[in-house]
Amino acid sequence: MIKTDTLIIGAGPVGLFCVHQLGIIGLKCEVVDNLDKIGGQCIELYPDKPIYDIPAVPECTGEELTNNLIEQIKAFKTNFHLNERVEEIKKVEKKWITKTNKGTKFESSSIIIAAGVGSFEPRKFSTKEIDKFVEKQILYSIKDKKIFKDKTICIFGGGDSALDWAIELSNTSKVILVHRRDDFRGMQASIDKANQLKEEGKIEIYTRYQLDSVHGKEKVESINIKHDDKTIKEIKTDYVLGFFGLIMQLGPIAEWGLNLDKKTIPVNTESFETNKEGIFAIGDICSYPGKLKLILSGFHEGALAARGCFKYAKPNEKYRFEFTTSSKTVKSRLGVKE
Amino acid sequence: MAKVTYIENNGNSHTIEIANGLSVMEGAVQNDIPGIDADCGGGMACATCHVYVKEEWFNKLPKKEDGEEDMLDMSHEPNKFSRLSCQVLISDELDGLTVSIPSKQG
Repeated sequence: MIKTDTLIIGAGPVGLFCVHQLGIIGLKCEVVDNLDKIGGQCIELYPDKPIYDIPAVPECTGEELTNNLIEQIKAFKTNFHLNERVEEIKKVEKKWITKTNKGTKFESSSIIIAAGVGSFEPRKFSTKEIDKFVEKQILYSIKDKKIFKDKTICIFGGGDSALDWAIELSNTSKVILVHRRDDFRGMQASIDKANQLKEEGKIEIYTRYQLDSVHGKEKVESINIKHDDKTIKEIKTDYVLGFFGLIMQLGPIAEWGLNLDKKTIPVNTESFETNKEGIFAIGDICSYPGKLKLILSGFHEGALAARGCFKYAKPNEKYRFEFTTSSKTVKSRLGVKE
Repeated sequence: MAKVTYIENNGNSHTIEIANGLSVMEGAVQNDIPGIDADCGGGMACATCHVYVKEEWFNKLPKKEDGEEDMLDMSHEPNKFSRLSCQVLISDELDGLTVSIPSKQG
């Protein structure tokens, strides 16, 4: 059990700046995120796209913003628990006990949900009656590529993940790449390489096709793919891989007894506390009259939520407002040498 | 101002007047039309406001910008009449536009 003052769910820009705000008022925190890297939507959806509305930063990309925030909170040596999704929360006396899907447990006096639109999950095939094969021969990520050796693999998708795996696995497996249109959206070098392997007969590529049905008793034996013009083609295959990017799902948050309005959590605008004492929500996932889904609003929300956490972490102390420019205590927390 | 008709996957249809300048996505979200999630809020970053545009309307819409087709790759069962509704802005010319909502988003 990891004990801390505040558990932050979500390592996007708003969660990261909240680490800073907790840190300068002397509270410890741990951060959990379901992605394999820090940065949330900024890193997953638009790492290279410029953002123009961060105050005092005329232009930066999602990746630059993330790196700057990581730099800004370096002094607090915060632990990040990546690739983990919070599954359960429960209150035991005055503490919140939180458990992730990997079994990590936290005890904290408050929780700040900075989860955006929820956790990122792979987008899945919509084909009916494939559930029994999912995680067996139908996969959305690769954990052990050795299982594909000398097998036939059908890869769906048109982005870098689909192309990169098609290229890599073509060394040891028979690879068939299927995409819904003629254009691939991966890096040009990968597209060229895939086309070259096709010329050499090492990859088969079918475009304007989508998955239609999957056949097999115990395991996948063959699939049908359907062309735009409705013609069907049968392919014998051992594995089916889908790389359609990630989608955000609210997931277990919906089951924690929090009030929900569509996919957002209503909060008060003094401390961004939810209907549950000690649970706060900031950033895209919170809602209140006038809410703007901007990163800058999330920074403000995080600053107030951090102060809201103080009374739960230190019930016998009074929070005192201090500026970073003048407070010796704050500067020492930030590791500033005078 | 344009009247836009949204047809849900179950056949329910909703016709709504939407002010010029709003997107077809915003019109749906502000009027609680089920089936248009718009998780990213209109940033062309999520493909959860995917709609099928009625054939006779498809070519009357402004063309897709860079990136929309890439995002449509990630949508649920796209076809040649697929658009991201956040990228279709309302103007008087679109009065009567009809779009169908897929069985699910993402």
